[in-house]
Amino acid sequence: MSPLTYIMGLPLAMALILAVVPSEKRQFFRWGSRLATLGSLLLAIYVFSVFDPPITDQPGPLPTQGTEESALEDEYGYKFTQRVEWIPSLNIHYYVGVDGIGIVMVLMAALVAFAATCCAQEIRTREKEFYILLLLMTGGILGAFMSLDIFLIYFLHELALVPTFIMIGVWGRGQDKDFAAYKITLYLSLGALLTLAGVIMLYLQFGSFSLLSMMDHGTQFAGTEAGVFSATEQNVIFALLMFGLGILVGLWPFHTWAPLGYSAAPTATAMMHAGVIKKFGLFMLIKVALPLLPQGAQTWLPILALLCLGNILYCGLVAMRQKDLNLLIGNSSVAHMGFVFLGIASVTTIGLTGAVMVMVAHGLLAGLAFGLSGYLYSQARTLDMEKLQGLLASMPFWGTLMIMALMAGCGLPGFANFAGELTVFFGAWKMYPVITTIGIWSALVIGAVYMLRAIRTLLHGMKGEQTPEVEDLKNWQRLPYALLVAVLLLFGFYPKLITDKISKSNATFEQAKKGQAPTEEATE
Amino acid sequence: MDLQLVSLEIGACLLGIVVLLVDLWTPAERKAQLGWLVASGLVGVFCYSFTIFDQGTGTGATGYVKDSLAVYFQGYFVLSAVLVVLLTQSYATRIRSGISELYAFTCFALAGMSFAAGANSLVLLFVAVELITITFYVLTSFERHRLRSLEAGIKYLILGAASSAIMVFGIALIYGSTGALDFHGVARAATGLNDDSMMLLYRLGVLMTLGGLFFKLAAVPFQLWVPDVYQGAPTPVTTFLSTGSKAAGIVLILRLLADACPPLLGEAWLRQLLALMAAATILYGSLCALRQRNLKRLLGYSSIASAGFVLLGLVTLSDQGAQAVLFYLTAYVFGVVGAFTVISVVSEESSDEDISTLANLHQRSPLMATVLTLSIISLAGVPPLAGFIGKFALLSAAISSVAVHPVMPWVIGAALVGVVISFYYYFTVIREIFWGKGRFWAEEAPSTEPLPCPRAAEVVLLTCLFGLIGLGLFPEPILFIAGEATEYLFSAN
Repeated sequence: MSPLTYIMGLPLAMALILAVVPSEKRQFFRWGSRLATLGSLLLAIYVFSVFDPPITDQPGPLPTQGTEESALEDEYGYKFTQRVEWIPSLNIHYYVGVDGIGIVMVLMAALVAFAATCCAQEIRTREKEFYILLLLMTGGILGAFMSLDIFLIYFLHELALVPTFIMIGVWGRGQDKDFAAYKITLYLSLGALLTLAGVIMLYLQFGSFSLLSMMDHGTQFAGTEAGVFSATEQNVIFALLMFGLGILVGLWPFHTWAPLGYSAAPTATAMMHAGVIKKFGLFMLIKVALPLLPQGAQTWLPILALLCLGNILYCGLVAMRQKDLNLLIGNSSVAHMGFVFLGIASVTTIGLTGAVMVMVAHGLLAGLAFGLSGYLYSQARTLDMEKLQGLLASMPFWGTLMIMALMAGCGLPGFANFAGELTVFFGAWKMYPVITTIGIWSALVIGAVYMLRAIRTLLHGMKGEQTPEVEDLKNWQRLPYALLVAVLLLFGFYPKLITDKISKSNATFEQAKKGQAPTEEATE
Repeated sequence: MDLQLVSLEIGACLLGIVVLLVDLWTPAERKAQLGWLVASGLVGVFCYSFTIFDQGTGTGATGYVKDSLAVYFQGYFVLSAVLVVLLTQSYATRIRSGISELYAFTCFALAGMSFAAGANSLVLLFVAVELITITFYVLTSFERHRLRSLEAGIKYLILGAASSAIMVFGIALIYGSTGALDFHGVARAATGLNDDSMMLLYRLGVLMTLGGLFFKLAAVPFQLWVPDVYQGAPTPVTTFLSTGSKAAGIVLILRLLADACPPLLGEAWLRQLLALMAAATILYGSLCALRQRNLKRLLGYSSIASAGFVLLGLVTLSDQGAQAVLFYLTAYVFGVVGAFTVISVVSEESSDEDISTLANLHQRSPLMATVLTLSIISLAGVPPLAGFIGKFALLSAAISSVAVHPVMPWVIGAALVGVVISFYYYFTVIREIFWGKGRFWAEEAPSTEPLPCPRAAEVVLLTCLFGLIGLGLFPEPILFIAGEATEYLFSAN
């Protein structure tokens, strides 16, 4: 069995165990889920650290050795694979394995998941259901990042998505939580359905759900005039995937669910959704849509580049006007997605590497920011920035981390976000100079305006008259936040750790670029 | 004639008669317990009829055929009948008199459905449909003291009679134009028709017969009876209507299209008509369900929408589509029975079917809350539950036929819109269970007292729970059997 199966299976198995434990045993739920996510995290770190050596060092034959797939796994640099027949009637397999992009996403997801379970102690009612849903969510999204069968990817992502709706409804906060729960349900279901239609059409074109054999099929026909199938079909499928996944990520103008949903969600849910689940759409765009549909990409990517400006510029401006801390972080997180879209639209190795880096960095950052604001809410019962002033004096540890999180959000060098965003701009410069210029400007200026304003109002100055009494994080409570900040700094100062892994996924990028080659020549 | 061939039907009828006889010697307070007898009897009869399946199947000569498609549907009908009988038992306190008759009629309806599964001639088709429909006239108005139940019975009677009349006229037209009643005979004769007016009569006949069957399926424009009848009928009867009776319509449509109308399958108008109906049914059901507050009515409209999805599979006129329909139905039965069982128990306690009666259910009965939530999520078609695989298979079949059907993209678009709309009302139910506030007009907060669940209902709920998750994670066995049952159904022509 592949260690990946355990990474995904631990939270799911723990969810099953928790389901049969009587609901009075509250400590059991807390520690059980922390244990499961910690186990996943340690395994993910293990897989991350041994990912580099060549596959021949592995003892014993790989489970899929000797098949057609194993040759492809070597070719495309996938490791820790496991392939079992699941639904033969529909040609669906349980097929997991990671390449460089997969492993950094799995590591990020496991980190945020562990932090989220640690930050969930604000939940005091119906803990059993909450932890079960949180674990389902964790297992589902971890699985989605490591699946190589696109049906399985979709299946596991939906599994992770559905708990969000119930969690916002039951444990959510604020007046608008019902509205937010409905809105997020309808938006995300629509996005998921469009994606499903795209996935089915892909299957019908390639006759297989396996990502690897699809890529292989694509390579064989890459040189030919029409590609694998006609440009019209590619355009349709790419549009379905781009808009379907775009809705899931919060592509402008389909982003309005995001800030609302996050401000209504309980802390752990917001951390998981904004940090991890939202990255799924981008992940699938990079891994599935770009390499398999080069001609569709050619048609639609310029439009994506324009729309991402909506994210960067419009949502940045909206974030400037927010009075609620969570809405501010929510809008800024939508704005950050714009950089990833820009990196994807550039379809250059540098741009895509940058996009993945931003995904990782923003996942950690969103987890951190929503975790911190959730802690503040549990203390102050409000996130209205006009009522919360001068918190640094009474909460030095929390305040320091908050400053770091907000600074990382506006791209301060030293944090992983800076490295990622910079790489995206390098990659996108040649293709979209105007958009990139606007992007850089708004990242630096608009981002700085709202982040610095938040720091000034929330943290600096005298304690406000209406500001309630708050207590700082104590002892072990600091652990999840400190962990996230530490990793952000680590990747910020030493980005090679992840860029090395990502560059191992060259095959995906190369194939994505191949289809684009004519355009690049034309523009030069 | 080989009586063994119809052992399931005979067994079901006999079981019904036996129950009526045993009833005479059973003390009144124990009559409800007969449900266990009926349920185990049905399982026994099915197992017996299944063991003789391989020992030579009938040809079409008698108008009845026991092929793998028939056996699949018979298994399906027995499953839903067993669940419905157990549900009836937990509903028994609300039936003032004649609980045994309710069991017996369920058995008779099952016999009709089972005949429908194997019907291979227009005569048996009509007889089977009438056997089902007439028992349901009685069943829907079984709670004679409730005005709503009587209203449901009358509405079903009038509309059902009208649709039967249309169907029998259609059968007469087919017979008149082709001179045959046997499906294959009809197909042979129709292929040889070179008289345009006769062909027109044949087409008209097929269309009218289909109309009668669409009434069972509750497809637009034959859906008018659904909300009132679903709401008024006793809950077990509603459940059987929406699982058994609907599936009987589907198997007959499948057989009629595949066996009796091969000459029409290539004609564009039939596909366009079916496609239009599918889109209209999905949208009608989803849109009407949006504002419903009565749970049974809501599920009634949602069952119309599901009928639209079944039509989506039928429109493809392909083996793959038929396989998807079969699987979708099996997944559907667990969702619907689970949901109706919970509604039945909850509404008994509060003597109301308003959606607000579900408030605090998660606290009052975790089992019921879990099953209802999973049922609803499965009906909405979300992984990892059975309904998702069903929806996925249907969409796959539909999308793969885009090349053959130019109108298909529009129907798929309508289906996707319908699914998104359906999320709204399904989500409303889930909201009521977990964070509902109860009746907004009521003074007191909704009860948090534990809600006891009768033993028989518990068995049903656990079966549904098992089915929903099991079929969602391991759909292969059922998909495989469904594939066997529909192999060469359309491609043989």
